[in-house]
Amino acid sequence: MRRLVGVVAWFSAILFFAPVAWMVLTSLHSESDAATNPPSLGAGLTLQGYEEFFGASTGQSPWPPLINSFSASIGSTIIVLLLAIPAAYALSIKKVEKWTDVMFFFLSTKMLPVVAGLLPIYLVAQFTGMLDNISFLVILYTSMNLPIAVWLMRSFLAEVPPEILEAASIDGAGLITTLRRVVAPIAMPGIAATALICFIFSWNELLFARVLTGVVAGTAPVFLTGFVTSQGLFLAKVCAAATVVSLPVLIAGFAAQDKLVQGLSLGAVK
Amino acid sequence: MSLDTAPPPAKQQRRGTPPAPTGLSAAARWARRAPLLPALIFTIVVTQLPFVATLIISVLRWNSLDPDNRGFAGFDNYVAVFTDPNLRSSIVTTVILTVVVVVVSLILGLGLALLLDQKFFGRGLARTMLIAPFLVVPVAAALLWKHALYNPEYGLFNGALTWLWSLFGAERPPQPEWISDMPLIAVEASLVWQWTPFMMLILLAGLQSRPMDVVEAARIDGATGWQIFRYLTFPHLRQYLELGGLLGSIYIVQNFDAVFTITSGGLGTANLPYTIYQTFYQAHDYGQASAAGVVVVIGSLIIANFALRVVSSLLKDEVK
Repeated sequence: MRRLVGVVAWFSAILFFAPVAWMVLTSLHSESDAATNPPSLGAGLTLQGYEEFFGASTGQSPWPPLINSFSASIGSTIIVLLLAIPAAYALSIKKVEKWTDVMFFFLSTKMLPVVAGLLPIYLVAQFTGMLDNISFLVILYTSMNLPIAVWLMRSFLAEVPPEILEAASIDGAGLITTLRRVVAPIAMPGIAATALICFIFSWNELLFARVLTGVVAGTAPVFLTGFVTSQGLFLAKVCAAATVVSLPVLIAGFAAQDKLVQGLSLGAVK
Repeated sequence: MSLDTAPPPAKQQRRGTPPAPTGLSAAARWARRAPLLPALIFTIVVTQLPFVATLIISVLRWNSLDPDNRGFAGFDNYVAVFTDPNLRSSIVTTVILTVVVVVVSLILGLGLALLLDQKFFGRGLARTMLIAPFLVVPVAAALLWKHALYNPEYGLFNGALTWLWSLFGAERPPQPEWISDMPLIAVEASLVWQWTPFMMLILLAGLQSRPMDVVEAARIDGATGWQIFRYLTFPHLRQYLELGGLLGSIYIVQNFDAVFTITSGGLGTANLPYTIYQTFYQAHDYGQASAAGVVVVIGSLIIANFALRVVSSLLKDEVK
């Protein structure tokens, strides 16, 4: 029985992993080996696909969009944490009145489809001259991730023992000191997980970036939409592009693996 | 790992969580609110004001290509939305897409979670491999499925069919045009592949929080594996299934990337987010796009109402 479970489990794992493995393998094949039927699994490996992706023959470098993605994701993640940690403190440790209503307000903003606010946001960007500007994406990604971060951070801060906080307050520690010296060290793994999850969501975002940015502030997913229509032999290049753009998310995701469920379920599942 | 539904009251008392601060002076109350306010005000301004604006624009006659002809339109845009066959079909597509992806990935996720709950060789590695699809950037995943898997000439699926047929010495393997033959299923399959790991992780957390002593007692009393699953595991998992289903619905209802990339909304796969994007991007009819947006919001509020009711049980005990 146990052997059967192992066999079925491994078969499923390989089946689900196969497209990812195929993506990486194809990215390392030459274009002519990538486009064969049946597939040439054992063909020689080359970095041509990556060289092409980094603009070897077209001169079109993916670095500006990659750097834009890093700026937007890291920038918004930092602002999210700066806003979410004090808010979570006011929702878990020193609770405001009606704190559950506040929590549900944050949650309900996640349930409104972003696409419905797209037009006014576009008009505001146009009016203020913020179209194709990475700062505008930072503001939007912050609002997109803030509710998630508040829910997550609250569930982490609720774990801080009140005895320690009492001791800190008896010793005369103020809010900032308490947050920095007492809460932050205990909640550090939670803060790290929250940061990684916010980073992933910002990095993945396409709709806003597609509508609000152009040649200057376009992010990596927007760059990828350039591969939607196929022309000629470019399979290795597409796979190289998909691999490179997914790499930061794969790294962040595996680093946050243990907290991933907690983050995605807004702290409901531990 | 446990679902944070009902922390035992005794633990609450021991931890001495302060009661809801109703008896504080006004100054003390504002001091408590201060750390919350930046986040709250930011969220209200950035997420709520656009919806108010959408609501206002939805009753205006406003096409960016005809900027002088702007004015009050009443419910004209809404009438246009509900009589527009494209929009009506995209509502149906959104419902089908969401339900199929959520149900199939929940079922597959449950199967995988039950497998990973057992001990077998290399379980940790198998778990990591199963999570990987969820960690591919959505656009990249959609490109991967479109070009490297579905491509009728050299995609992996048809390549595998050729290989399988040749294995048995058969001629002329079937070479379907996956995307044009079954466009909606093609989009759904790629989304199921990405969302099954998510469901698996939530359900696995649920399985691992089962009270094992009860399961053990049932086994000693002679309960079969199926009986244990049917009467102990499944009722325990129910709230996790609900949670996975609701969270999945919230994320997948809003899906844009897969539809945009794999079919570009063609062949009857345009869902509401894609249609609104298109109305706004190509038709420049701001009034009608906003009215469609309001319809989506109302639809989401109905789902959200159920979702909030489920999630509210998570906080219930801490309110006391």
